[in-house]
Amino acid sequence: MSSIKVKLKEQDLNKIKEICKSFNNEEGELINVLHKTQEHFGYLPAEIQEVVAQELNMSVAKVYGVVTFYSFFTMLPKGKFPISICTGTACYVRGADNVLQEFKRQLGIEVGETSEDGKYSLSCLRCVGACGLAPVVLVGDKTYGRVSAEGVKEILAEYQDK
Amino acid sequence: MEKVKLTIDDKLIEVEKGTTIHKAAKELGIDIPVLCYMNLEDLGIENKPGGCRICVVEVEGRNNLAPSCSTNVQEGMVVHTHTMRVINARRTVMEFILSDHPKDCLTCAKSGNCELQDMAVKLGVREIPGQEYAEMSEYKMDFSPSIIRDLDKCIMCRRCEMMCNEFQTVGALSAFNRGFESAVGPAFEMDLEYSTCTYCGQCVAVCPTGALTEKDHTRDVINALSDPTKTVVVQTAPAVRAALGEEFGLEAGTSVTGEMVAALRRLGFDHVFDTDFAADLTIMEEGTELLGRLTAHLNGDKDVKLPILTSCCPAWVNFFEHNFPEMKDIPSSARSPQQMFGSIAKTYFADKINVKREDLVVVSIMPCLAKKYEAQRDEFKVDGNPDVDFSISTRELAHLIKAANLDLNTLPKEDFDKPLGESSGAAVIFGVTGGVIEAAVRTAYEIQTSKKLEKIDFEELRGIDGIRKATVDFDGIPINIGIAHGLGNARKMLEDIKAGKSEFHAIEIMACPGGCIGGGGQPIHHGDSSILKARTKAIYAEDAGKPIRKSHENPYIIKLYEEFLGKPMSEKAHHLLHTGYFDKSNKIEIS
Repeated sequence: MSSIKVKLKEQDLNKIKEICKSFNNEEGELINVLHKTQEHFGYLPAEIQEVVAQELNMSVAKVYGVVTFYSFFTMLPKGKFPISICTGTACYVRGADNVLQEFKRQLGIEVGETSEDGKYSLSCLRCVGACGLAPVVLVGDKTYGRVSAEGVKEILAEYQDK
Repeated sequence: MEKVKLTIDDKLIEVEKGTTIHKAAKELGIDIPVLCYMNLEDLGIENKPGGCRICVVEVEGRNNLAPSCSTNVQEGMVVHTHTMRVINARRTVMEFILSDHPKDCLTCAKSGNCELQDMAVKLGVREIPGQEYAEMSEYKMDFSPSIIRDLDKCIMCRRCEMMCNEFQTVGALSAFNRGFESAVGPAFEMDLEYSTCTYCGQCVAVCPTGALTEKDHTRDVINALSDPTKTVVVQTAPAVRAALGEEFGLEAGTSVTGEMVAALRRLGFDHVFDTDFAADLTIMEEGTELLGRLTAHLNGDKDVKLPILTSCCPAWVNFFEHNFPEMKDIPSSARSPQQMFGSIAKTYFADKINVKREDLVVVSIMPCLAKKYEAQRDEFKVDGNPDVDFSISTRELAHLIKAANLDLNTLPKEDFDKPLGESSGAAVIFGVTGGVIEAAVRTAYEIQTSKKLEKIDFEELRGIDGIRKATVDFDGIPINIGIAHGLGNARKMLEDIKAGKSEFHAIEIMACPGGCIGGGGQPIHHGDSSILKARTKAIYAEDAGKPIRKSHENPYIIKLYEEFLGKPMSEKAHHLLHTGYFDKSNKIEIS
């Protein structure tokens, strides 16, 4: 018995190979390859990591190690509206944790998860460089500043019918 | 080479540029404590991630403390290895490491042999402040057929990762996650069983804690010994006798063959046999196969597969099944000595003593963890009954002996039982790198040339280099022999064969450093590679002291062929002593 059985559509397989090739299939380019691959597929499931490992001639354990080390990479598909809460120092001391807890409560999901309807996903990030607006929340590309736990409902309402 | 002068603990020393503070201190006889650092010098294996920070020292003019294992010396450096600041820092580091480490030392498999435990004692840790705030990881235990992983006990020294990736190039283990949750394991946190793991056990051999241990079968063995309806026979691999003594305080390299036999008899085994007997049998089969392929090749047969690769090492077999399945018809089809023994014990010997197969229990004592997996492979079972019931490591045997209140040091030397306990010196050297091929050459030469070997010792096949080559003269025919130990070295050999660049007729491959003497089931060497050298010496000494030194001269092997098997590679021999290999590579499917 071997590891994960990899099943991919031919066009997806070719896309991953193409990305790897654009970085000369070099092991040292792993992070760049993963960036590009996630940009295309939205996330990095086990199947994709297996193919990347084979193409770059390295162990899939190493690829997985890198994917789980950097919080930017995700193995789960992001929601239609990815929500990121900044938990950097400034945001944290100004109550980012309360905001995070409220998002978790309202959405019924944990950090790193996606809501069942695929609409929202929740993640934390460290500092977006807008500390003056702390605590900061991002929904997709849109930034919300000075967010409080009470304001969470209001933010989510914006996306309810989208 | 440029030299650098520095002062360590008020002593002046001159060392080569590029030396670490730790090494320089060692030259002065100052042993700075280390935890993640490991150096198997003779094998060129060094692990120095500088991660644990136990080895910190104070360097004058530097603000923070320096990790001595990974900080190079500089001209005029003034180092202090045991100031109050250093001692406090080490203890604080240790307290942090212990804060999220399980506290079940009393029942841990590594208790008494744990580098973390020893370090806690050495640094005088008496309390672990702040442990109530530490987040204990709760990884599930992974029980593979050979290795047990308890990641809660992982301290991220990353020695296992280094062995698995750099030395073995197996790539089953890698560090993942970060912070308190970081650990080392296979991709996607899958069980080892589903990874590319070969069960070589080198991760277990270097693990400083109880995070990686062997699947323990000692209870099963005790149960079998206590069952009056069972006849229990035991076989002991060559490398075990050269290392078992270490578990009883004897100096590394002390051979304890006779005492081990005495202990096994007192433990209650009905027949104490030797895997070495089966090693002689392996030579008869593998040697004949080698000569067959060689003769065909010399006669111009273009289809014959050369080089022939040895197949005694189960981790090596797993390795090529995972990584080189397209070459699975190149290795010899001969089963390993462990499996040949099991097969003969449960047919020939069971008949001789008139015991039914299912009432005969075969236990093997191995320096190896991959043997546990090998013993339970389906192709080595008859109607679900395995040829080898339980395979236990050298360490597990030591536990059994101690639990029975026996002391190896005071036992008399006794001999193995007949008929499956007789062996030649050629069989003993199976335990070291180069030994299997030397044993094969001793027999193949005499069969091929019909001449008696004048010199039995083939020094050119011995040594510790990872890849070795030698040409042996078979009465005018030069035979090119390759030897590799360590799967990274094996990989190089295989890549050459694949590329059509291999000039060898035969290659011996062993997964572990130094061969079986450095196996994953041996007493823990704690990074001291001189222990492996001492065991090697003991094996060659045992060979030199044997009255019979060639496999084909073992009278009980001759008798086995006369009474039972016919001749090497006969149909019966093929059925009982040979096997096939499987493609276990990971395939990408298109849906």
